Amino acid sequence: MTTPLEVSNPHQIDNPRERKWQDYFTFNTDHKVIGIQYLVTSFIFYFVGGFFAELMRTELATPASDFISPEFYNQALTLHGTIMIFLWIVPAGAGFANYLIPLMVGAEDMAFPRLNAIAFWLTPPGGILLLSSLLVGAPQAGWTSYPPLSLLTGKWGQEIWIMSLLIVGTSSILGAINFITTMLKMRAPGMDINKMPLFCWSMLAASALILLSTPALAAALILLSFDLIAGTNFFNPNGGGDPVVYQHLFWFYSHPAVYIMILPFFGAISDVIPVHSRKPIFGYRAIAYSSLAISFLGLIVWAHHMYTSGTPGWLRLFFMATTMLIAVPTGIKVFSWCATMWGGKISLNSAMLFAMGFVSSFVIGGITGVMLASLPLDIHVHDTYFVVGHFHYVLFGGSVLGLFAGFYHWFPKITGRMFNESLGRAHFILTFIGLNLTFMPMHELGLLGMNRRIALYDQQFQSLNQLCTWGAYLLAISTAPLVVGIFLALFRGEKAGDNPWNALTLEWQTSSPPPILNFNNTPIVTRGPYDYGHNPTEAESVVLTDAQSL
Amino acid sequence: MNIPSNIITLVLGIALTLVSLWYGQNHGLMPIAASDEAEAIDGIFDVMMTIGTGLFLLVQGILIFCLVRFRRRKGDTQDGPPIEGNVPLEILWTAIPAVVVFLLAIYSFEVYNSMGGLDPHASHDVGLHAHHSTSTNQKNMLALDLSSKNLAYGLGLPSESQDPVNLKVKVNAMQYAWIFNYPQGSIVSGELHVPVGKTVELDMEANDVIHAFWLPEFRIKQDVIPGRVTELVFTANKVGQYPIVCAELCGAYHGGMKSVLYVQTPEDFQQWLKDNSVEESSGETQKISSAAASAESQFIVPHIKSLGLLPEPEQLDQLHSKH
Amino acid sequence: MQSQTLQESSTVLSEHSTEHGHPDHRLFGLVLFLVAESMIFLGLFAAFLLYRATSPVWPPVGTPERELLLPGINSLILISSSFVMHRGQVAIKKNDLSGLRFWFGLTALMGAIFLAGQMYEYFHLTFGLKTNLFASCFYVLTGFHGLHVTFGLFLILMVLYRSLKSDRYSSQSHFGVEAAELYWHFVDVVWVILFGLVYLL
Repeated sequence: MTTPLEVSNPHQIDNPRERKWQDYFTFNTDHKVIGIQYLVTSFIFYFVGGFFAELMRTELATPASDFISPEFYNQALTLHGTIMIFLWIVPAGAGFANYLIPLMVGAEDMAFPRLNAIAFWLTPPGGILLLSSLLVGAPQAGWTSYPPLSLLTGKWGQEIWIMSLLIVGTSSILGAINFITTMLKMRAPGMDINKMPLFCWSMLAASALILLSTPALAAALILLSFDLIAGTNFFNPNGGGDPVVYQHLFWFYSHPAVYIMILPFFGAISDVIPVHSRKPIFGYRAIAYSSLAISFLGLIVWAHHMYTSGTPGWLRLFFMATTMLIAVPTGIKVFSWCATMWGGKISLNSAMLFAMGFVSSFVIGGITGVMLASLPLDIHVHDTYFVVGHFHYVLFGGSVLGLFAGFYHWFPKITGRMFNESLGRAHFILTFIGLNLTFMPMHELGLLGMNRRIALYDQQFQSLNQLCTWGAYLLAISTAPLVVGIFLALFRGEKAGDNPWNALTLEWQTSSPPPILNFNNTPIVTRGPYDYGHNPTEAESVVLTDAQSL
Repeated sequence: MNIPSNIITLVLGIALTLVSLWYGQNHGLMPIAASDEAEAIDGIFDVMMTIGTGLFLLVQGILIFCLVRFRRRKGDTQDGPPIEGNVPLEILWTAIPAVVVFLLAIYSFEVYNSMGGLDPHASHDVGLHAHHSTSTNQKNMLALDLSSKNLAYGLGLPSESQDPVNLKVKVNAMQYAWIFNYPQGSIVSGELHVPVGKTVELDMEANDVIHAFWLPEFRIKQDVIPGRVTELVFTANKVGQYPIVCAELCGAYHGGMKSVLYVQTPEDFQQWLKDNSVEESSGETQKISSAAASAESQFIVPHIKSLGLLPEPEQLDQLHSKH
Repeated sequence: MQSQTLQESSTVLSEHSTEHGHPDHRLFGLVLFLVAESMIFLGLFAAFLLYRATSPVWPPVGTPERELLLPGINSLILISSSFVMHRGQVAIKKNDLSGLRFWFGLTALMGAIFLAGQMYEYFHLTFGLKTNLFASCFYVLTGFHGLHVTFGLFLILMVLYRSLKSDRYSSQSHFGVEAAELYWHFVDVVWVILFGLVYLL
């Protein structure tokens, strides 16, 4: 059916299936190369951020500050948060988006390929700059960097932090411009917007948030820079300034940031579950529109991070109302995913294991999220380990597990190889147990009275902290099967074929990996992306991976 | 035995509800509640635990059931049924959560109001003012008399409260100590002492960076922000000792910034006031009752020094034993 | 094996070749970019308004009277320059290259005058960046805007330079002209709001 090179095309090179490895280290405008560049870079930073987490958890195995100095502990926690957000999850989402969007909408490439490459190449320098702050004393005020503290400690490191965030923030915005334009303007003939895969809908919602909220962070950082370097007093009360203004500007971005971090993986899950359940997604429109609802509502909930700050009661209540509301579109998705699996034919491969683990963990994070929305309860648990537990459930249990579901699902497409299922399964088991062991006890720690961002804590909290530390070590170990599996697959993996999962979305209708221009001919779309169950008599020539009992 | 699946579902549903209701009331996760407001907050937390447990069991149950019942059998290459949605079901699972969060929001509002969150006294900010006592850059300061300030962010008098505030304590937060200033006896202390059953108001200021005053057993917290006065009001209903925890990253020793709240019987409290009051002796500096006798005292002493209040070492020892 | 797909595929791959002429989405991309830029300014404006609303005295004690004559004239020049610039686009739509050059040249001049006027104002103001909160806001807001004007001026000069080649712009293809104009209008609208907040409010 697909005949290679029938059509003359000035962009083709001699062998379109072969990319040289050097392509991945250069300024290359192919969205697939850029996607892989983003993914590999972000994975590297996952390990760096994870390293700082292991330092922190080792310190927290004992109540005293006896492993690293408290100053360095604060540097570690600042870098951990900053790296995991800005150099792991956000760029990984951009990586998936870059790789998949043109393929999913049937386009040759993104709308602005050179801008796309520029966007990527801002990320590694931004990351390296951030890490260089260790040489002058990394910032110590947490990834939130509230003034006046951030104006008083580790000033050089703080300014480096600001610069690196401005750089990666710009990268994020430029990426979003490409994603939106490509999805809205370059869909293949026949793909009206309600035939677009749900990954694209989520990226549309996430990109809108990136465009609208990241600049507010830039404004906050610009003013903070002036205070740091030029001696102005925007956030210094001694000069008439107001530290709470920083908080408003900061959270105007940073709350939508969490949706920017979860939406791509909501989208990935919405694509993974139907394929491996052999059923259409349940409630396509609900999932699509609820993504937009989350995007919109996500812009008006920010001050729930400031319930105990310099905010009047009426403001706190307003934000409680909007925050409670955002649970509704989110719940719709969770129920829709469950309904998709229900009655299906589940292949319990690595992608599906991570997808189910995602639903399991995310719902926990969602429940504690609704608790945090409640103003009186939040007053007790704000800035405690309860919050740390909550956001790690949604970010690790949610974003990261969703990311791995997408990773295992699209690995064959991207590399042309199958990943060893036993290693994938081992990765899942270690990760799932590790994450629950690390983060579940944190809720109780917060309720009992343990505040966050501390290297020394009260003796009564030690046993729960030790559980968390063991979980963290397990999480570290869990990366071993992943890394081994990647190398094994790349060098010795079984060839995947075009469509090992028998999926219906466009990216599976071309080779693995796809040719440089994605499709040998422009696809014309006649059906929906999740129309499973309509061809009951097909004799499949591609072998599905048989599920083995756990 | 062929029990219809509807019955099984019904039984499971009932079991789930009962387990959730029980666990919601018996989770034992919160520390002791030392005030009426804390009990109110625990009440709403219990409700949310019930709902959360139910939802948790439901979703995990569905996942496990799917894992077992809907696995693709070996050799089966067919698709599953082409079900794309079910409008009544989707309406149901939109409407129920919407109603639930709406009710939780109303309940939360009630509890917050009863905690004094909407006391206009505590939800107004006269605006920014420069802090007076420790900064050296006087050039652009606006001279406002802090002692006359009546308005602040935070929690004020509970809406139903008949009692006026019985005791006002000024709180100073600084890296890394809490200093409490009792206007009545002009006592400056590193500990907070209050009489049980009386309404206490804390007027809080920060000297350097943002801190937060948290009483876990009272479930109340308020950021202490330089340049503003913020407020907390509470009424303790149990005698005892409770930790005061700083809950906003304020520097490397944020973890050590702690103090203790002593809720005492009115008699013991009066005794403490008497024991620690200023002795009139030709403008001598005030005595300070012992700062927390722990590793953190090393941080408190320099600050007390800078406030010009450092007592003689013998006086400190004397105070230690008195306590 | 590698090229096998589902026999009854969800897509029908077209037999026709991919088109060589791709539609131009660059203006749409620019609009998205300007949405992001607007949000930075909105963030700074929001901070300014919050300071104004919560400071006991505003402008803070010691701020001199804001002079309106020079900035007012400067504003008129900037606002008019948008109309002038539009004539340039109208011209190139009629393939009038010299008209484009004339109107864009005039716009560049007006933009340069605006910047010069801004510099003049800076040198003659009696308050500095750190004098007080209002002063800091003033310099950061007008300075950030000034940077954008400078960049916009640079875009206009780029278009002028390129228009020297007779085959670069035509009634069919003048993305650079449209982009420069859109950016300039954006800078203008931001100034109107900024002027209102900082000088008039």
